[in-house]
Amino acid sequence: MMSFATGFRHGVHPPEEKGLTSHVPIRRMPYPDELVLPLRQHAGKPAKVCVKTGDHVERGDVLGEADGFMSVPIHASAAGTVVDVGWWPHPDGSMAESVRIKVDRFAPQVARPRMVPHWEGLTTQQVVKAVQDAGVVGLGGAAFPTHVKLAPPKDHHVHTLIINGAECEPYLTSDHRTMVEYPGRVHFGIRVMMRAMGVLKCVIGVEKNKPDAIEALRRTVPDDLDVAILPLTVKYPQGAEKMLIHAVTGVEVPSGKLPVTVGVVVQNVGSVSAIAEVFETGLPLIERIVTVSGHGLRRPANLIVPVGTKLRDLLAYCDGVTAEAAEVIIGGPMMGQALANLDAPVIKGTTGVVVLEKGETREAAVYPCIHCGRCLDACPVFLNPSLLGDYARTQQYEQMVDLHLSDCMLCGSCAYVCPANIPLSQLFQASKLALRRAQPAVA
Amino acid sequence: MSDTLVAVLILGGVGLVFGVFIAIANKRLWVWEDPRIDIVAQMLPNANCGACGLPGCRAFAEQAVAGTVTPAQCTVSGEAAREQIAGFLGVDAGEAVKNVARLLCGGGSDVAGYQAEYRGLSTCAAAAAVAGGGKGCAWGCLGLADCEHVCDFDAIHMSETGLPVVDIDKCTACGDCVEACPKSLFELRPVNAGLLVQCKNLINGDDVLEQCKVACTACGKCVQDAAAGLINVATGVAVLNYDKIGLAEPHAAERCPTGAIVWLSGAQFSPALAISGSA
Repeated sequence: MMSFATGFRHGVHPPEEKGLTSHVPIRRMPYPDELVLPLRQHAGKPAKVCVKTGDHVERGDVLGEADGFMSVPIHASAAGTVVDVGWWPHPDGSMAESVRIKVDRFAPQVARPRMVPHWEGLTTQQVVKAVQDAGVVGLGGAAFPTHVKLAPPKDHHVHTLIINGAECEPYLTSDHRTMVEYPGRVHFGIRVMMRAMGVLKCVIGVEKNKPDAIEALRRTVPDDLDVAILPLTVKYPQGAEKMLIHAVTGVEVPSGKLPVTVGVVVQNVGSVSAIAEVFETGLPLIERIVTVSGHGLRRPANLIVPVGTKLRDLLAYCDGVTAEAAEVIIGGPMMGQALANLDAPVIKGTTGVVVLEKGETREAAVYPCIHCGRCLDACPVFLNPSLLGDYARTQQYEQMVDLHLSDCMLCGSCAYVCPANIPLSQLFQASKLALRRAQPAVA
Repeated sequence: MSDTLVAVLILGGVGLVFGVFIAIANKRLWVWEDPRIDIVAQMLPNANCGACGLPGCRAFAEQAVAGTVTPAQCTVSGEAAREQIAGFLGVDAGEAVKNVARLLCGGGSDVAGYQAEYRGLSTCAAAAAVAGGGKGCAWGCLGLADCEHVCDFDAIHMSETGLPVVDIDKCTACGDCVEACPKSLFELRPVNAGLLVQCKNLINGDDVLEQCKVACTACGKCVQDAAAGLINVATGVAVLNYDKIGLAEPHAAERCPTGAIVWLSGAQFSPALAISGSA
């Protein structure tokens, strides 16, 4: 029988489709002609713009300052001239205030010389400040400011740092390639975090379908650190924070509580290597590794992309899309969002871009719920998606709160298994938005 | 004594004690309630729509009897019912401006473009959650009729161009459509306000016309033509100051290059446009 130590109960097994890019080495994408940097790229308050049209910026200069502790600054990802500060399509489908930079074609793209603080001499507060100033956010998709996690509330003791290398979304391989190609950087980031937080134990959770990543990490574990690499069962959503904690520690995070209440902090592999970059080079988070994949794309790749690159330029660099391409998804196909406008830029939270072909996207007829219960067996947080779906359709949102809608992380497992094609996770997302409009505190 | 008798006596005794207690409580804790409240409550529409701002018709009746609201503040009841309540209470029916729901978007499918095809759940709330719904303008009406479905008074019907047409006679300004719209496009406005800006996009300048031909470009012509302080375009869209709406004149809308600001003397869109019974 499967031990709970390596996995979690429920969940689904979508086709992985990682073979398209899992063997492709990370390459650097050349700078596009124009970059668009939205001020709202992270969870929390948007940054406050501090440049104006006509300003010349160097690579790594601050464009927007952090607005409070739950916010991070936005930096220029290339040298150039600010051509506009105004509304621009955001990858989430809305419009966002963005800084547009015309990239200086002949600039050496060397960042201004900066102080690289020696991490060993810094206090926790100084590390937190340095990470915030560098604009580092969770690179796993939610874009939660990383420095907030580094400063847990005083009344909680953190005993374990968990590094999330599960990458359970189909198609995406950016974390996989990071672990294979930059294991040393991952370990350095872990070292800085463990020291800053005073944590003595670290576990890196990696799904078993990435043996080369597990091998690379094992080979490079520093002798003086207590870092364990834990192979996890291959199942979706293994990379969800609460699922990973359950797999590693066997403890369930209480409903509505943060992981620190059970003494752990989870960081994504990409975020850890971004922290390492801050203390290695002093550069802020101005580029990230993006998987560009899908059968609708001519040349799938793992790319280091300057934040703010328009998706149009990104797809063009991958030799464009095939004639059969039908849909572009930001993130993975399970939790990602369809994109309406290719002018939207890659932002800090963009893990991947997937181009689906006509045959892969279907508008299937939706049938009434037959109460088969498959969604209950799939839901990793043990909700009742069938009943929740009924309430969502009839807009009885208060009842959904009682059924713990707030614990739903929109992983999409229920909608994936539904034989009646009911778009459950979309219903829940709309319900969450409606509840947030009505009563900002609940959902 | 048989067990049966004991049981009967105990239960009977308990019943007697509680009966006496209730009788005393009824006398001691009795609160006088104005009998007119019940009568007024019966004269009200009893739709419990909340348009008056009070929690239901009973609360309105209490306040009407207390004199803190005038009968006319119930915009849902007709002229006759208002007079009836006013006559019964011996008060003036009062003046209340009828509010109606106005849509702050004029971009139907004939003038506003789409940048992507939306496939999925056919509600505005769901479409807005996925990439904004595919409409070129991120602020515009998605046209999937959430407001039509939520309207209890059958006052909203979608037009052929995908915009909700409000029947101003049926609209009671209950505010359900205001809450239902994920883009917050509905506002409750006095029916005789005249001026209305049918646009919410915040893009400054003519770039927005690529997405929608009737968008506000914040050119500021209406600001010059209207009374001082009535219209403001500082946020990138013309915004009316409803405290000064009495100063509104039709010619403020005349020079608008796109038709984003309009002068209304009744319905916002022609009722003939509505596809009846499409709900």
